[in-house]
Amino acid sequence: MSAPEKDIISPAGYRPAPDLFRILCQTASLLTVLMLGWIIYEILESAWPSIQKFGFDFMTTSAWVPNRERFGVLPFIIGTVASSLLAILLAFPLGVAIAIFLSENFLSASIRQTMRFVVEMLAAIPSVVYGLWGIFVIIPIVKAFGDWAVGSMGDFPLFSGPAYGNSLLTASVVLAIMILPTITAISRNALASVPKTLREGAYALGSTRWEAIFSVILPTAAPGIVAATILGLGRAMGETMAVAMLIGNSSRLSWSILSPSGTLAGLLANQFGEAQGLQVNSLMYAALILIGITLIVNLLGEAVLRHTQKQTAGIR
Amino acid sequence: MQISNEAPAKLTTDHTNPPERPDFISVKDFNFFYGKKQALHTINMDIPERQVTAFIGPSGCGKSTLLRNFNRMNELIDGIHHTGDIRILGKSIYDKGVEVISLRRSIGMVFQKSNPFPKSIYENVVFALRISGISKKSDLDECVERSLRGAALWNEVKDRLHESALGLSGGQMQRLCIARAIANRPKVLLMDEPCSALDPIATVKVEELIRELKRQFTIVIVTHNMQQATRCSDKTAFFYLGKLVEYADTPKIFSNPSEKQTEDYITGRFG
Repeated sequence: MSAPEKDIISPAGYRPAPDLFRILCQTASLLTVLMLGWIIYEILESAWPSIQKFGFDFMTTSAWVPNRERFGVLPFIIGTVASSLLAILLAFPLGVAIAIFLSENFLSASIRQTMRFVVEMLAAIPSVVYGLWGIFVIIPIVKAFGDWAVGSMGDFPLFSGPAYGNSLLTASVVLAIMILPTITAISRNALASVPKTLREGAYALGSTRWEAIFSVILPTAAPGIVAATILGLGRAMGETMAVAMLIGNSSRLSWSILSPSGTLAGLLANQFGEAQGLQVNSLMYAALILIGITLIVNLLGEAVLRHTQKQTAGIR
Repeated sequence: MQISNEAPAKLTTDHTNPPERPDFISVKDFNFFYGKKQALHTINMDIPERQVTAFIGPSGCGKSTLLRNFNRMNELIDGIHHTGDIRILGKSIYDKGVEVISLRRSIGMVFQKSNPFPKSIYENVVFALRISGISKKSDLDECVERSLRGAALWNEVKDRLHESALGLSGGQMQRLCIARAIANRPKVLLMDEPCSALDPIATVKVEELIRELKRQFTIVIVTHNMQQATRCSDKTAFFYLGKLVEYADTPKIFSNPSEKQTEDYITGRFG
């Protein structure tokens, strides 16, 4: 009688010694944290001379003259934020619309599956290819649009001329296409996981499909769509190659979206190869700021996400 | 179509109406198929006005399928078709002129799992009114109070109408869904196992509510709980393998069923 009971509770069945699996997992996670710390430390160390010399002014001045050792990244900070926000502005409605289309049964499942695959394929195209495509396709279109906009709305600061091909708008259009798969895929998942009972509830009350989507399904999927937007924004901010090829890399501040601009990532890519001395330190400082901005965006996004999740909690 | 064009209010006033129709909903030679699989076989039945009709039977017997045909909810599924007819107040719900949207607006439905929308209690109740284009505050306020009183929920939530509906208890959520279903004064109330996810106390409340609501609405309820059918229904239909085996007054079904299958089911010998 007592033997089997003893087996269950005896220490023989329980191993207090650290087992291999736990060690493996712990090491892997610790390594990730260490890696991040190491990267930030290295950047901070090489940026230090520049931080000491320019301090906070680095972020509020707009001179970038390596010969005279005058560095300020305000235009690049603004360019980074502006190009990403403009890209989100273009990609968000399009991405959510595609996600709705792919999650509702407008078309047969096989066609939707194919379309979903095609949209997600956009993420597989290398950045430099987007850049080349932008040069040959988007630049002429944006230039033509710009000339027209300057002619008809030139008094409005956002469209003041002259219009350039390599401009903030060009970079944002290509960025919007690049982040489209992110927004579409994650929003589609959020929409598809809206409980069937809620859809049925909306239809049983006599909703049209439009009403069901806009007053029940979209609000319920809101946390996922917010998450999709933040991920897209983060990706747009860090995107380097295509933007560096298209934005014009100018450090001149301008209100116009048709003027050349510059981003922090583009600045790093363009100048790091030939930089020396304080310029290297300043580029590292700029890299630190870029990390800081993406961190703030992600934290903000997390906060918005938690807020919307709280509003829709407990449906499932 | 008559259902959508008449003012619903007229049909909900008691006593002044002509005598109750014994064939408020009328099912004629109705067959229903999911793809090639036949789910309902030649159903014929008349559902009386302002009474509670219970559908019982083992899982998969077709009772929910039939219920979901009354407001054509099955049409959300691909690859279905039917033969025969269903008539409400003598008019076929499958007529070319019938818009499914307006059909559903005149038939309330309550589901097995309560499904409040992630909105405030108030907005949940007035959802049907809002999509019908009613936005006058006094109308909406009146509707919220009437519907919540009708669903015996008013006293519990009147001080927090603008809080999220998702903060309610399970039983309250289900009564909120009933309030939402009756908000637009439908003629028929369909209930698909409305108590199966509720605790006994909440179940008692909903059953009391059903007995109360039948004074205004024609109610069809699908239930797995035979005590529930005896407690709150006037007529009971027993389904088995997609066929309507027996349909009679509830006391007769449970005390003196004509069919052997019915007797076996209600005495718990299968199902």
